[in-house]
Amino acid sequence: MRNVWLIWRKEMRSYFVSPVAYVLIVVCALFFGFFFWSLLQAYLQFSMEAQMRGEAFPMNMPEEISRRLFGNVPVTGLFIVPLITMRLFAEEKRNGTIELLTTSPIRDGEVILGKWLASLTMYCCLLFLTVISIGFLFLYSHPDWKPLLVAYLGLFLQAAGLLAIGTFMSSLTKNQIIAGALTFCVCLLIFVCGWVGEYNSETWARVSAYISVSTHMESFMRGTLDLKDAIYYVTLIFFGLFLTARSMESLRWRS
Amino acid sequence: MITVKELTKRYARNTAVDHISFEIEKGQIVGFLGPNGAGKTTTMRMLTCFLPPTAGSATVAGFDVLEEPMEVKKRIGYLPEAPPLYPEMLTGEYLSFVGSLKGLRGAELKQRVDYVSERCSVADVRNKQLGKLSKGYRQRVGLAQAIIHNPEVLILDEPTSGLDPKQINETRDLIKSLAGDHTIILSTHILSEVEQICQQVIIISKGKLVATDTVDNLQSRSRGAESVFVEVAGRNGQIDAAAVQARIAKVAGVNRIVLKEKQLTFSKFEVETQKDHFVRGDLARAIVEGGWDLNEMHSAAVSLEEIFLQLTGTQEAAPKVEAVVTGASK
Repeated sequence: MRNVWLIWRKEMRSYFVSPVAYVLIVVCALFFGFFFWSLLQAYLQFSMEAQMRGEAFPMNMPEEISRRLFGNVPVTGLFIVPLITMRLFAEEKRNGTIELLTTSPIRDGEVILGKWLASLTMYCCLLFLTVISIGFLFLYSHPDWKPLLVAYLGLFLQAAGLLAIGTFMSSLTKNQIIAGALTFCVCLLIFVCGWVGEYNSETWARVSAYISVSTHMESFMRGTLDLKDAIYYVTLIFFGLFLTARSMESLRWRS
Repeated sequence: MITVKELTKRYARNTAVDHISFEIEKGQIVGFLGPNGAGKTTTMRMLTCFLPPTAGSATVAGFDVLEEPMEVKKRIGYLPEAPPLYPEMLTGEYLSFVGSLKGLRGAELKQRVDYVSERCSVADVRNKQLGKLSKGYRQRVGLAQAIIHNPEVLILDEPTSGLDPKQINETRDLIKSLAGDHTIILSTHILSEVEQICQQVIIISKGKLVATDTVDNLQSRSRGAESVFVEVAGRNGQIDAAAVQARIAKVAGVNRIVLKEKQLTFSKFEVETQKDHFVRGDLARAIVEGGWDLNEMHSAAVSLEEIFLQLTGTQEAAPKVEAVVTGASK
């Protein structure tokens, strides 16, 4: 466990010593800020029009805004995840430092876990930026906090799964660009493959919809905690990390 | 301390290491010698548990590299060919990171970091980023990380490559001073390095073990021929080097002559004799009878370089004269 912490600390440092973390934070702050602002504008106009027509004021405005804001987060994440994970192993391979890690008395699993947890922590820092926007909703109204928490849990689990896949992709190559591009392609694929389920109900389409990371998000977004969806994400995490472990082992047999 | 039996590493198309066996005793400095691509790095990587062997076994400090890699890893310090540095880390920070990876902590870690930065003279760059260090410093930081946990076995892959002559000497002295407590294997293709710091040599070529012996034995075991250096001066203040050369060539048992230095009044030659011919008497007589003065004559042991070329079978590839010239210029 101490070794996991060691690797985690080293990775966190390298995010925050290099400009990586700051660039990501600024980009995400801009995006999330813009989403929130434009959503707020739209709802203000909508409610003003409703008032002018003498209709009732929309009561669920904070919920609507937060749900739509959260709907945008996974899409942003699709671009952010490869940027976070691409360097994890590729950089170590390029620098030759992987040789230091594999000849030190530390297990592969500890290295992988440390790196993945660091990428997850980095993602959480970015996810935290949305809390600022949500905070404004709390300042001026009284939204129900439990569905929000469930939605955050969903976003967290989904990101954890995608980051595990990114970690695996990074362990395949010593080229960060390739690692990033592969991660983006695979994440995009498992993101959009659920869409076929919307207009097709054949078996393969249902399977493909089940594999998709986006379909399992719906229950979380509704504010309900569905165990089956949570288990899906946990499985995805284990699958990604397991493949990374295999890939790290194969490095020894191939190189 | 290190036992290697029939160690083999095969890749899809070639065999990098082919049934190598040797033993290394505690406290020895062993030179691992071979031309580029001979399989030095691969062997070292198998000893450090970075690569698993295809066949055969290796034990380090009593632990098998396949059965108990964790125990082996605790006991070795490894400096790969390119020092494994994180460019964005500070030197001191990097050393304490590696130290904690190797299981040191707290006050002991701090004390070891201080000690190795002093020992490898990197204390003055402790607050500099590794990516901004010069090649010499990078190499020394690499050495510092290898010895940070005071390992029983040190495995150094070309520890002096890329250093300037002063740094090379410092690094060699450092390695020499580490012997005794540590068993050290270092790979190199610089022969003088082995002659200077190693007690034992392991020569491999094309993945096969060609010789393993002490440096002294290997030198005395050489082909039985000797090289004789002679300095010849002309009596009338002038000398015709070509004439001297022609005269010496007639002496029985002389293999070949190389003109090493030509001055107005004297010339220096290196005379290589045939096996089991002792020509020094005849040589002296021939020179004096030819009307020249013999200023100096001494025999030189055949350098490790020549033994190496003989053993690795590269003397056909490299012209003989060049071999002699490099052997003498060191």
